[in-house]
Amino acid sequence: MMRIGVFVCHCGENIGKTVDCPTVAKEAIKLPNVVYSIDYKYMCSDPGQNMIKQAIAEHKLNAVVVASCSPHMHEKTFRKACAQAGLNPYMCEIANVREHCSWVHDNVEEATKKAVDLIRMTVERIKFNFPLSEIKVPITKKALVIGGGISGIQAALDIAGAGFKVILVEKEPSIGGHMSQLSETFPTLDCSQCILTPRMVEAYQHPNIKLYTYSEVDNVDGFIGNFKVTIRKKARSVKENLCTGCGLCVQKCPIKKAPSEFDEGLANRPAIYVPFPQAVPNIPVIDRTVCTFFKTGKCQMCKKVCGRDAIDFEQKDELITEDVGAIIVATGYKLYKIDKKSKDAAVKGYGEYGYGKYKDVIDGLQFERIASASGPTAGEILRPSDKKQPKKVVFIQCVGSRDPSKGFEYCSKICCMYTAKHAMLYKHKVHDGEAYVFYMDIRAGGKGYDEFVRRAIEEDHVKYIRGRVSRVYEKKGKYIVKGEDTISGVPVEIEADMVVLATAIVAQPEAAKLAQTLGIPYDKYGFYAEVHPKLRPVESSSGGIFLAGACQSPRDIPESVAMASAAASKALVLFGNEMLEREPIVAKVNENTCVGCFYCKKVCAYNAIELKEIKDKKGNLVKVVASVNTGLCQGCGTCNATCPSKSIELIGFNDEQIFYQIKAL
Amino acid sequence: MDIGYYPGCSLTGTAKEYDQSIRRVFSELGINLVELDDWSCCGATSAHATNHLLSVALPARNLSLAKKQGLKEIFIPCAACYNRFVVAKYEMEKNPGLKKRVEEMIEEKADTDIGIVNMVEMFQRIDKELILAKRQKELKGFKVAAYYGCLLVRPNSITQFDDAEMPTSMEEIIKLTGAEPVDWNFKVECCGASHSITNMNVVLTLSKRIIDDAAENGAEAIIVACPMCHSNLDMRQRNISKQDSQHKNMPILYLSELIGLSLGLDKESLGLGLHFTDTEPVLSRFSTAIVAKE
Repeated sequence: MMRIGVFVCHCGENIGKTVDCPTVAKEAIKLPNVVYSIDYKYMCSDPGQNMIKQAIAEHKLNAVVVASCSPHMHEKTFRKACAQAGLNPYMCEIANVREHCSWVHDNVEEATKKAVDLIRMTVERIKFNFPLSEIKVPITKKALVIGGGISGIQAALDIAGAGFKVILVEKEPSIGGHMSQLSETFPTLDCSQCILTPRMVEAYQHPNIKLYTYSEVDNVDGFIGNFKVTIRKKARSVKENLCTGCGLCVQKCPIKKAPSEFDEGLANRPAIYVPFPQAVPNIPVIDRTVCTFFKTGKCQMCKKVCGRDAIDFEQKDELITEDVGAIIVATGYKLYKIDKKSKDAAVKGYGEYGYGKYKDVIDGLQFERIASASGPTAGEILRPSDKKQPKKVVFIQCVGSRDPSKGFEYCSKICCMYTAKHAMLYKHKVHDGEAYVFYMDIRAGGKGYDEFVRRAIEEDHVKYIRGRVSRVYEKKGKYIVKGEDTISGVPVEIEADMVVLATAIVAQPEAAKLAQTLGIPYDKYGFYAEVHPKLRPVESSSGGIFLAGACQSPRDIPESVAMASAAASKALVLFGNEMLEREPIVAKVNENTCVGCFYCKKVCAYNAIELKEIKDKKGNLVKVVASVNTGLCQGCGTCNATCPSKSIELIGFNDEQIFYQIKAL
Repeated sequence: MDIGYYPGCSLTGTAKEYDQSIRRVFSELGINLVELDDWSCCGATSAHATNHLLSVALPARNLSLAKKQGLKEIFIPCAACYNRFVVAKYEMEKNPGLKKRVEEMIEEKADTDIGIVNMVEMFQRIDKELILAKRQKELKGFKVAAYYGCLLVRPNSITQFDDAEMPTSMEEIIKLTGAEPVDWNFKVECCGASHSITNMNVVLTLSKRIIDDAAENGAEAIIVACPMCHSNLDMRQRNISKQDSQHKNMPILYLSELIGLSLGLDKESLGLGLHFTDTEPVLSRFSTAIVAKE
């Protein structure tokens, strides 16, 4: 016989103000099978929990209903209390009388009635509950980090430093990411490469880190603690084990005019190239789209000069599988390229700024390359068209950011700071030059950030104009920047020699594809979504997959590094356990009635439905049925609702439980 | 094909030639313009600047008329009227409360399911091949600047123009005449609009800049699709010449006039004699030699 106890919480005044809790408790005891009921001011407090524990012992309760806040809030608390009193935790259920009742009503009498109804429903439901035990899953204590920018490097170093193995995958020929392209960094103006390259080398040499560059993640199977990852090592056309990085092939390659990705198209590179001198690994790659041999079958200059016979034109993409227990996604961002041909309907372009039409209208990363000592001008500020020093430079902020009509609604966050830095670097190098910045607001929240912007304005005399630019056009060798000064309320026109656009930070173009491979959610812009923006900022909703850096939203270096370390610590928390325990609320297939239509597989958002072959005693195949991977299943119940033959039930939310719960209403 | 036609006040007065050329050209292209019976003013700048409800109610009244007269779409060649209509429609769709107040004001049910078509869209709908087949003359090598002004393209979220800042749809139509649209900088800049009456100097400054930029970029004529832009650019050139002796006259043609000329229609019926700035430089550039199509 079921002996149910009902515990009604006032939640201070949250529930008690609108719901007459003592009356509710009195009504509850009248319900069939309820043998004990009580109300209390704070049921989640220690005395409250003790009341539950004592009642279980004294009244021999075998089921507990707590009428309180949302199960999201305190289901765990109360189930733990029940477990401490010797009751199976899954014999405790919550009737939500706060979010579903007191918070949304103001009539005390009606709300009290509703609270009783909610309790009656839960009481009817709990009669069909049965004890469940946690599912135990083993853990592979090795992590995969996707993306070798500063976030990925930091996460990999942290996990490796704690003594666990890390696989670091980078799609470009070198690790380092965007940070390796930057000249100096705000707000300290320290050289980006000087602080980054030691980290790159450390990651490369770390005995616990296995580095795959020029590689991408092709497929991910499995679940938290037990992922099976397929990595595509793209054909580099150079044997990594033989190459010494002498660079002779790069020097001798007759193709000299392929636009350099690292220099953002401002300089050229050969067909066989190392992206930049400090690249890690220092092993070249052949760009097959421009290489003469791959286009015409002739040349092979690199092969002829290589003393180690490391050039391999025949090399093919290689697929490698790795078992890992945790995945950290740190795939970073791209700058929004103004491109009128873009098929992305969200992007309406900024054709009126002349990017792509005028050589001296450049974006932020291009300016970084011009200002960088390792860049095409060796750090001298020279404009791309005629290599002359620009005497007047206009910086335009928020190009694509905070612009719902033509760009994106979000703020790209780092542009206020890097624009101040650009203007400052320009003034430091061109003393008689003038720098103008068009801005909407200055968002300089951060340690030393606002001081930095003030320095640009006050010490370096950068002229800040609050307003938007409507157009940039060429007239007699000058770029006319037409805008508005909204503080003075007048239109302004500046005859500039060069224009720098702080274009929006956008998600990687392949971000959605990778998210689908990993089974993690992303927002409408392609940025990866965290479970909770405040309390679980580096976890994706898929167990064991963590997020770091600008793949989540626009971020600067300090924030990316902090979040990378946070993501690494989340992986380490996982690795701290021998076995993984998880809730037993998962779907279960009735193999007798399943007809193998696999509608469930189509609707499952977590790839948790697998195919299972049923064979007779002689080993002949009888049928193929659905089977639930309990490691992947998140207990959402979609398969349960979809199954046409009612062959899937969600343990803990089975049909009888739901049916009797509704019937009690 | 039948389509509703709302000329608006300008086309019955200062922009008569726009109305004339439109009627001639579309009849030539087999389109029957059904003028909205009992149409009234769209409210233009005056209503819009003084009373928001009125500025929505005036176009709404005309939309209701269109519905009652069985018209599914109305073609509105004046960019200012077009703008008032699309904005009114958009606002009523977004704001049921406003729609209700408008209905009380016009004492009619307000209909928002009437399509509103501007000048450029009207030409976009016509089969290019038809225009090319009917073409009698061409303007080979003649350089023109397509001028959109502000009301046709903005606000982009409502007008859904191809690109509010760098549109190119009018150029595609111009190319059908053989003329070459130039790449220039002021195609969506403001001409000064109704400041022409209250503060003419503003209009002179703005219009001069537009004409100068078109000329600097090689244009020999400016093509417009708005009576307001036309009157400012065309009529005010006399005043510009008074201030600037270097000013060279620039013919300003409506898109419909340009197409009409290439269809071989005579200049009188298109109303080219009603311009202030001489259009002869354009007319003389039309060659008659068009090879008959198979």
